[in-house]
Amino acid sequence: MTQSKTLPGGFAGSLTGASRRRFLQMSGATALGAGVLPFLKALPASAQAAETLVVVTGQTINSLDLHRTGTNRASYQVAVNVYDRLVSFGTKETPDGGLSYDYETIVPELAESWDIAEDSITFHLKPDATFWDGKPVTAEDVRWSFERAVTVGGFPTVQMKAGLLVEPSQFEAVDEKTFRVKLLHPSKLTLPDLAVPVPIVINSEVAKANATADDPWAMEYLHQNPAGSGAFKVTRWDPGQQLVYERNDDWAGGPLPGVKRVIVREVPNPSNRRALLERGDVQINFDLPNKDAQELAESETVSIFSTPIENCIHCVGLNYSFEPFQDPDVRKAVAYAIPYADIFQTAAYGRGAPMWGGDAAVETTDWPRPFPYETDLDRAREHLAKSGFASGFEVPLSISLGLADWMEPTALLIQENLAKLGIAATIEKIPGANWRTACLVEKRLPMHLENFGGWLNYPCYYFFWAYKEGHLFNSSNYANPEVETLVDETLHMPTDNPEYAPKIKRLFEIAIEDLPRIPLWQPALNVGTNGATGYEYWFHRQLDARGLERS
Amino acid sequence: MAGRLKTILSRVAQAAPVVVGVVIVTFVLTRALPGDPAVYFAGAAADEASIAEIRTALGLDKSLPEQFVLYVGDLLRGDLGESISTGQPVVTELARRLPASLELTLTALLLSCGVAIPLGVLAATRPGSWADHLCRVLVTAGVSLPTFFTGLALIYVFYYLLGLAPTPIGRLDFIYLEPPRVTGFFLVDAALAGDWETWWGAARQIVLPAVTLALFTLAPICRITRAAMLQALSADFVRTARAAGLTRPTVIYRYAFHNAMLPVITTLGMVFSFTLGANVLVEKVFAWPGIGSYAVDALVVSDYAAVQGFVLAMALLFVALNLAIDIAYTLIDPRIGFEN
Repeated sequence: MTQSKTLPGGFAGSLTGASRRRFLQMSGATALGAGVLPFLKALPASAQAAETLVVVTGQTINSLDLHRTGTNRASYQVAVNVYDRLVSFGTKETPDGGLSYDYETIVPELAESWDIAEDSITFHLKPDATFWDGKPVTAEDVRWSFERAVTVGGFPTVQMKAGLLVEPSQFEAVDEKTFRVKLLHPSKLTLPDLAVPVPIVINSEVAKANATADDPWAMEYLHQNPAGSGAFKVTRWDPGQQLVYERNDDWAGGPLPGVKRVIVREVPNPSNRRALLERGDVQINFDLPNKDAQELAESETVSIFSTPIENCIHCVGLNYSFEPFQDPDVRKAVAYAIPYADIFQTAAYGRGAPMWGGDAAVETTDWPRPFPYETDLDRAREHLAKSGFASGFEVPLSISLGLADWMEPTALLIQENLAKLGIAATIEKIPGANWRTACLVEKRLPMHLENFGGWLNYPCYYFFWAYKEGHLFNSSNYANPEVETLVDETLHMPTDNPEYAPKIKRLFEIAIEDLPRIPLWQPALNVGTNGATGYEYWFHRQLDARGLERS
Repeated sequence: MAGRLKTILSRVAQAAPVVVGVVIVTFVLTRALPGDPAVYFAGAAADEASIAEIRTALGLDKSLPEQFVLYVGDLLRGDLGESISTGQPVVTELARRLPASLELTLTALLLSCGVAIPLGVLAATRPGSWADHLCRVLVTAGVSLPTFFTGLALIYVFYYLLGLAPTPIGRLDFIYLEPPRVTGFFLVDAALAGDWETWWGAARQIVLPAVTLALFTLAPICRITRAAMLQALSADFVRTARAAGLTRPTVIYRYAFHNAMLPVITTLGMVFSFTLGANVLVEKVFAWPGIGSYAVDALVVSDYAAVQGFVLAMALLFVALNLAIDIAYTLIDPRIGFEN
């Protein structure tokens, strides 16, 4: 825990209105001894003084409340930095020397300990945990917040359900500092699901005071005004421009953050973000394009962290409702025809992990795992010749315009190689707003690119979403009774159960044989730093500012 | 004067059908866009029930006529709805972003006029001279370089290589606070507040984007000024003025230039409108929180309220702009009046 010396007075307060004036007076005295201008003189000085950290990102934060309808992915970082959960994940080092969250370890955040029983988990809250307004965090706040998450619908409710948190009656405030979750049935997913950004603990008194009859969950209020106990408060939010975090010095959830203030600035143009980072005007460039990451990797001033995104695979979907793809030899012909290495270099600039050329024998339960296919046009031709479509066929290859940066080069390279087999693929570009309906809901795209990634890092969780019949990310209309049984059996089973590994390996073998999805590569999240340390990769792919420091 | 006021009012009245038309057309067009916003905003992992809830929350479960009646009702109360992609009321968003775009566009146009009009006049009065050639080079360069390219090139040279320009991250560097809001134009507001440090900060930020846009708008203004001046200079009244022995400045500026202003003003109106459109690229490059990038982002995700609000605001802006130009005509040339 490092805590740098704080600037005098007013900096800790809000930067608007009265405290701005207070700030001007305070810093005026120290910086210049004159009253009017010193805000400008003092702030850059403080920025140098290891107090402030500037982050640029191309994404827009559109709400400060994750539970709200329409809250986008970029806004999840607010839930991470501003609110606490009961528990969090630990930290581990990655092979390249960076930091990553550790899926294996669950650590306390608001709960100091928990007891796991057959039918419930009981959490004991930290006695000194308080919200920003000084009110102690109580079990009732937790209960109210969880009830909100399972009631408001949309993404939060779906994510809670993944951990079998469905009914408000499952949550019980036993006493002031004891909170109990009743389990519908035991699952290894419940505890990790309490560490994702969704089950945040909100100051229920503040929220209720701002709720209305039409809006019992204070969605309108919390959208603009967070009320939490987290490591940072939001002092300023200019939608579409910037978000300013200010450290909460009374944070009980973990080690106090190393910087006093974090400014997240939105800069849409990636070249500008890169220039800002290289010049050292900002300390972190979050989510760089693969191309910039590759080019900056050799830089001496800038450090690049490219972390393969856990449980996420870019893949080609072969739709079983399209007649040629019902033939196993056609599917294998396609798998051997894909120019994996070229795609990885062209579309991903070599960032991430290859998902081809793996061992044919399934020895481990590691996931994502490379499938045992590689580019081999002769074998592709053999398979096609054996199939019922030896003379080739025509197929549309669909991509989303919203994800064109990797989908378009990938599709072009696949198209080129399929042509060599006599399979005429025409590239069909679908607008981003239509993509989900066409690809995931109607599942009507014969051949398409897909990139599901699961937050909960278990292979059975991936198979649950992507291989079970009718499930959302099973865009290939794949249906196999054995997969159904195996996924149902393994989904909630503890990983140390002796039956777990054999069943998972069997799932892998089926996926490799049946090929509804052909893995291409595991994408990476690229982050560049210049003058900051402590960047940690998280599965939610958003900035966790709590461990950052200036260097 | 009273006659003029009356005609202005009648002009405003004439604009009403245009606005009504815009309201109807944008409503129908946004609904005709591909994509289902409820599905989009429910998020990738949502199930049928939550999509249905969101559809109800957005009012999209009602029939189109019903939705239209509700929309018009809200509109009459001054409520443009809430943008789902930015999570803010459209009115708030427009009120904040429109001044940003206007400030940039107007600064660029002032800059552009300041260069283009004198240059055009010089080129016309001294055809074949260096000024004429410079005019031609500038015009060709300005038209042939796309704005995003000029913008990136300027950033590369003045920020990345030379370090002269401030960080290209919008209207103000993060070390400044927004000036107290009066007009929404930072340069004006900072000056009104007497906060010259912030004024200087805002001015430094606006230079590069304004120059980028100005380069783009230089060409038409310069060419039209030159052509109009050439025409005016060869007109009978100029020959008469010269024959009467008036001095060269009087001939050129009092008579020829005054008469050449009309086509220049017309062009300015057109340039202004397409510059607001061309802003999108410049806004994206310079992270300028303007109205163009707002509209494009909203369009991509079928954010109905934001798109409708944007189109409506632009329609009103152009009605006002055309009116202003018509009035400017009558001030410049008394022969032109409103037809009644």
